[in-house]
Amino acid sequence: MNRIKAFGAFWYDFVVGDDWQVAALVVAGLALTAVLVRAVGVDSWWLLPLFVVAALGWSLHRATAGR
Amino acid sequence: MNALPLILTVFVACAVEAVEALTIVLAAGLTREWRSTFQGMAAALAVLAAVTAAAGPALTLLPLSALRLVVGALLAIFGLQWLRKAVLRASGYKALHDEASAYLREVAAAEAAPAQARRGVRDWYSFTLAFKGVLLEGLEVVFIVITFGASQRDVGAAVIGAAAAVVVVTLTGIAVRAPLAKVPENWMKFAVGVMLTSFGTFWGAEGAGAAWPGNDAALLALVPLVAAASAGCIFWLRSRKAAAGTPAPEKEIVRS
Repeated sequence: MNRIKAFGAFWYDFVVGDDWQVAALVVAGLALTAVLVRAVGVDSWWLLPLFVVAALGWSLHRATAGR
Repeated sequence: MNALPLILTVFVACAVEAVEALTIVLAAGLTREWRSTFQGMAAALAVLAAVTAAAGPALTLLPLSALRLVVGALLAIFGLQWLRKAVLRASGYKALHDEASAYLREVAAAEAAPAQARRGVRDWYSFTLAFKGVLLEGLEVVFIVITFGASQRDVGAAVIGAAAAVVVVTLTGIAVRAPLAKVPENWMKFAVGVMLTSFGTFWGAEGAGAAWPGNDAALLALVPLVAAASAGCIFWLRSRKAAAGTPAPEKEIVRS
């Protein structure tokens, strides 16, 4: 069981890293892009870059606030 | 799409990781024993090659839009990790990685460990040190090679970029016979982070169904945009740090 946990923790750290909110924002950006394109019919190519830049800024702000 | 950005990105990413792996291999080889160190290195490279050979072609069997959605998400998340760390280091919030210190720490540990022969290997410590170092540093490269290569349907070009970096770093290491402390690792990581994030964003949005204006040419705007935003973050954090009046951290001794 410990080995499975350690294996899972390794891959979580490998892919998601120090800030899970970055991953959450990227996935949210992709999901919203898909909804806008497929359900609303808007070619929202501009949305994901905004989410990505916002994710970087937000993560850096949280990492450095109060230091 | 031209294979050159793919090869260059993989080359730089692989060079950074190879420099860190070289530090560990040199510490094991120079302080203990070269034969066992080379065996450990070769075993790790064989594992990495097997993972690439198995996962690379398997991924290319997936439909392109599904592949680009998944790979785009992974690359964007992975690239943002690299960028976050590089920006924090460039702005003084995180200590710079120091190959010379990392080397001294590995040497001290290698000198203290007892010699022990196991499973046909003359010095088990050198073997495992080299094996773990090369495998862990190489895993990130394999991830980039597979995701980048599969998305462009050109795993071969990605492998060429990675192999070229390994050869260049190895030859330099042999010539210098010391850790490559002068390599601007943080700026290389920054550049790789920009490329991974940009390509991940591009492919992810495509996989979600969006059509970029100008198709592949959109990358010519996306890469500078991500680079400019990241550079802007460095200036923002430097001014924030100066305003707070906190001193820069010492150089990093632990590996990361």
